[in-house]
Amino acid sequence: MGIATLGLYSQAIILFAALALFTSFIMLAQARMMPLIFTFAWQGLLLAVVSVLVAIVSDHPHLYISAALTFTLKVVLIPWLLYRLSVQLNMQYDAEVIEHPTLLLLGGVALVIFSYYVAQSIVQLSGLATRNTIAVSIAIELLGMLLMCARKSAVAQVIGFMSMESGIFFAAVVSTYGMPLIVELGVAFDILVASILFGVFFFHLRDSFGSLDVVRFNRLSEANQPMPLRDAAGELSPGDHP
Amino acid sequence: MTLLDVTLLTPLLGGLLLALAGHRPIGGWINVAVGVVTFGASLAMALDVFAHGPRLSSGRMFYIDAFNVYLVVLTAFVGLTTSIFSRPYMRHEVERGRVTDRRLRLYHSMYQCFLFSMLLALSTNNLGILWVAMEAATLTTVLLVSLYRTPEAIEAAWKYFILCGVGIAQALFGTVLIYFAAENKLGGDRDDTLLWTVLHGAAGGLDPAVIALAFVFLLVGYGTKVGLVPLHNWLPDAHSEGPTPMSAVLSGLLLNVALYALVRVKMLVDASLHTNLAGHLMMGFGLLSFTVAGLFLHRQHDVKRMFSYSSIEHMGLITFGFGMGGPLATFAALLHMTVHSLTKSAIFITVGHACQLAGTQRIDHIRGLIRTQPAIGWGLLLGTVAIAGFPPFGVFISEFLLLMATMKSWPWLTIPLLLGFGVAFAGLFRHMQRMVFGEPPPGQKPVEANMLPVVVHLLLVLVLGLAIPGFLSRWFEQATVLISGASPL
Repeated sequence: MGIATLGLYSQAIILFAALALFTSFIMLAQARMMPLIFTFAWQGLLLAVVSVLVAIVSDHPHLYISAALTFTLKVVLIPWLLYRLSVQLNMQYDAEVIEHPTLLLLGGVALVIFSYYVAQSIVQLSGLATRNTIAVSIAIELLGMLLMCARKSAVAQVIGFMSMESGIFFAAVVSTYGMPLIVELGVAFDILVASILFGVFFFHLRDSFGSLDVVRFNRLSEANQPMPLRDAAGELSPGDHP
Repeated sequence: MTLLDVTLLTPLLGGLLLALAGHRPIGGWINVAVGVVTFGASLAMALDVFAHGPRLSSGRMFYIDAFNVYLVVLTAFVGLTTSIFSRPYMRHEVERGRVTDRRLRLYHSMYQCFLFSMLLALSTNNLGILWVAMEAATLTTVLLVSLYRTPEAIEAAWKYFILCGVGIAQALFGTVLIYFAAENKLGGDRDDTLLWTVLHGAAGGLDPAVIALAFVFLLVGYGTKVGLVPLHNWLPDAHSEGPTPMSAVLSGLLLNVALYALVRVKMLVDASLHTNLAGHLMMGFGLLSFTVAGLFLHRQHDVKRMFSYSSIEHMGLITFGFGMGGPLATFAALLHMTVHSLTKSAIFITVGHACQLAGTQRIDHIRGLIRTQPAIGWGLLLGTVAIAGFPPFGVFISEFLLLMATMKSWPWLTIPLLLGFGVAFAGLFRHMQRMVFGEPPPGQKPVEANMLPVVVHLLLVLVLGLAIPGFLSRWFEQATVLISGASPL
C-alpha cells in the first residue's frame, strides 16, 4: 500500500505531521531564544491544522474544539507569554551554547527510528496514515524530552515540555479522534495553569540565581551536602571558586 | 446532593474561601473546619459503601468501591489532622518572618485545592480525569514547595515541577494508548470508553501489544510521582524545602494516590495481558527503590530529607507488594499504605516541631529533644520506632505479612528484603539517637506544639498492630478481592 493510494486529505495529514516533526528538529538545534519560541508556535499551528483536517476527514465535529484549543494555547497564548517574559527578563537576544549539536541531531534521528520501531507493534490495528502519525507523535514527544535534557536554559526546558504535550495531544487526535471533551478541557486547563506558573518561576529563578541557566541549580544534589563546618571553610578557600 | 458531592465540594469551596480569608487569624481555623466536614462526609460515604457495595454516580463520572473509599477516608483524615498541626505551625512561621500574609493566604488556599485534586483523582471513574487531577495535584503543590522563596526552595520547586511534569506527561501518553485500544475494541462512536468501569468490563478483549506499551508509559508516569528509583530525584528536595505540613501530606497522601492510579491501571493490564508483565515490572522497580533508598538513609544530613528517603523506601516496598499480586501480598500492601501514611505524617509533624525548636533542619544541630521538650522527643522516637517496623506497631504486621507472601511465592527475594529492613533500620537509628538523647545546646527553649495529631496517628498505628478491628479487616479484604480476585482470609 503506497502513499499515492491514500485520499488527498490523508496525504495532507501525513505531510503536516512530517512538517511538525521537522519543527521539532529545528527546535533541537536552535540556540537563540526568539526563533525557538517562534518555531514552537509554528509547530502548534501545524498540529492545529492537522486537527482540522482530521475533523474534516473523519467527520468528528468536536475535533474543531480541540483544534481551537491547540491554536489558542500553543500558537497564541504560550508563545506570547514566553515572548513577553523574555522581553521582561531582557533575554530576547540571548543564545545558549549547544554542546555537540551534531550528536544531538543524530540522537534525534535515532529517537525517530525508535518511535517507528515502537509503533510497529501496533500497526495491525490501523491504516497507513495512522501508522505514520502515531510514530510521528511518539517521536515529537521523545524529541521534546531530548530538548529538555540537552538544554541548559529554563526557557528551552519549558518549550521542550510544551512540545511533549503537543506530541501527546497530536497522538490523541490522529489515533482516536481526540480524547473525550471533558478530558481535553481538563488537560488544556492544566497546561494553561502550568504555563502561568512557569512564568512566575522565571522571575523567582532569576531573583535567586541571577540567571535561568539550570546548570547553576545545584544546591540540592546528594553529593553536594557538606557538613556545616566545612561549608563555612569552603567559602573562604579560594580553590572552590575558580 | 450525595455524600460524595460534599466530600469533593467542601475542600474546593474551602480553597476558594481561603483564597480570600486565608491570611487572617481565622484562616487556620477555617482550614480545620473544612477538614472536619470533609472527613465526616467521607466517613459516612465509606460506611454507606461498606454496607451497600460499590457506588456508581449518575452520569458514571465517579466510581466508589472498597479500594478507593478507604483511601478517600485516609486522605481526608490525614488532611484534617495535618491542618490541626498546621495552624500553630504556620503562625510560628509568620512570627519568625519566613512567611508573609499573602503567602499564608496562598498556602491555605492551595492546601485545600491540593486535597480536592487528590480526592478527585481517587473518586473519578475516568482515566483521563484521573490524569488531570494528578497533574493538578502537582500544580497546586509546586508553589507551596517554594513558599519560603529561598534559593534552595526555588530550586526544589523547579525540579519538582519539571520532573513530575515530564513524568506525568508519559502517563498521559499511556492513557491515550489505552483509549486507542479501547476504541478499537468497543468502537469509536461512544463517549464512555475511557471510563474505568467500562474498560475493566472489556479488558479481556483489549489488544495486548498496545496495552503493554501503555503500561510502560503509565508506570514511568505515575511511578515518577510515587517516587520510584530512578525517578525519585524530586522527592527529597520537595519534601525538605517546603513547609513541614506540606511534607506530611505529600509523603502521607500524594504518593499513595499516585500508587493508587498505578494499581488501578495494573488491574486493567492484568485482565488484558494474562501475563505477569505489569507485576514483574512493579516488583523490580519496587525492590530497587526499597534497596537504594535504604542505603541513602545513611548519608543524610537533613532530617526531613532523611525521612523522605524513608518514604521512598516504603513506597518501594508497597509497589513490590502490589506487583507480587496474590491475596496475601495485596492485603499486606493495602495495610502498609495505611500505616505508612499515618506514621509518616505523624513523624513529619513531630519533625516540624523539632526543627522549630532547634531552629535548623540539620541533624547535627538537633540535640537533646527529650530534655528540652519530652513530648516532641518521645513523639519522634516512637514514630521512628514505628516506621522502622518494630512490634507492636502496625508497620511490623504489614511488613511481616509481606515477608510471608514473599517467602511463599519468591523465597529467594526474602534475603534482599530482610537485608533492606536491617539497612534502613540502622540508617534511621544512627541519626535518631543523637537527636533525641544527648545534651541540649544552651538556650534551647520549648515551642508551642500541638501533639494531638501525633498521638492519634500513633495510637491508630498501635491498634492496627495489636488487633485489626473486624470491620476494618473485612474492608481490606473486600479491597483485596477487588484487586487480586481472591480473599486472603
